[in-house]
Amino acid sequence: MSARRPTPWLLRGLLAALLLALSGGALAQAVRDATPLEFRDEAEARRFNALVAELRCVMCQNQSLADSNTQIAHDLRREVFDLMREGRSDAEIRDYLVARYGEFVLYRPRFGGHTWILWLGPGLLLLAGALVVVRIVRSRSRQPLPVEEDQEW
Amino acid sequence: MANPRHLTAAVIAAVFLGLVGLLLYGVLVSDRADRDALPSPLIGRPAPEFSLPVLHEPGRLVDSQELHGQPYLLNVWGSWCPGCRVEHPVITRIAETRRIRVIGYNWKDEHADAMRWLEQFGNPYWLVLVDYDGRKAIDWGIYGAPETFLVDGEGIVRWKHVGPIDDQVIESSLKPALDAIGVPL
Repeated sequence: MSARRPTPWLLRGLLAALLLALSGGALAQAVRDATPLEFRDEAEARRFNALVAELRCVMCQNQSLADSNTQIAHDLRREVFDLMREGRSDAEIRDYLVARYGEFVLYRPRFGGHTWILWLGPGLLLLAGALVVVRIVRSRSRQPLPVEEDQEW
Repeated sequence: MANPRHLTAAVIAAVFLGLVGLLLYGVLVSDRADRDALPSPLIGRPAPEFSLPVLHEPGRLVDSQELHGQPYLLNVWGSWCPGCRVEHPVITRIAETRRIRVIGYNWKDEHADAMRWLEQFGNPYWLVLVDYDGRKAIDWGIYGAPETFLVDGEGIVRWKHVGPIDDQVIESSLKPALDAIGVPL
């Protein structure tokens, strides 16, 4: 074995040191950046994720609060997290955001007021379509079928 | 109309025209500059309570109660915000009329950057409040910069605009809002 080639154990040691250095760097980065939210347990994480997936990011209006990476979405996620820790219920947290940002933050708007057409609109359209179809079918069924004399079976 | 066929045709036509109208409305609305602006639920309600530091006087906190008595415009800005640079001359013009106090709300910024920005472009503000972690901004329903609120003497939010203020915004919506609370601009 020549001196130019490092022995496998030395190579492995170097690799391990390199990985350790890299992971250390990555951790430092994460801490310095946007302090990640730390959940107590799986249930809390699930509750948080379900809640923010149903809230709309106010800045980037076609994303949920969970998906968006804008500053305000980050701030609002933290706010939701803090409210959860204060022991507020999901409904209270939604009310809190609606009071500040309006109904728009809810991906599932409440029924009532000006939102009834959102909820009932599709059903009403379907009903109207069904009525039209029924009328057409009925009026056609009243006409006798044309008899074709030269039809061959 | 006695004929059911005519009735059916009329219903289909009405639905079709309704949908066309809806699409047309969508096309027209999509052309508006503030099409993404959310209506603020704060209008007509008391402005949120706060106690915020002052940019130019480290250590001093201003309480929302101190601002009551006279109306004020609250202008959300940041040195990182291009729209704020655009509306800066307009904000300056409003402030220079001295008809209303214009208060800056320095949002998600850094002290040195904010000071440099004001030095470079001029400071039109009667007072600059600081909210760098953006916590209080959530109470105001702030989600971007620039945003501008009009709060009357009783501390009720009267008007809000999302995006840069320009002459057209002043004429079409700020002036009427100011007139309503007895402040001629």
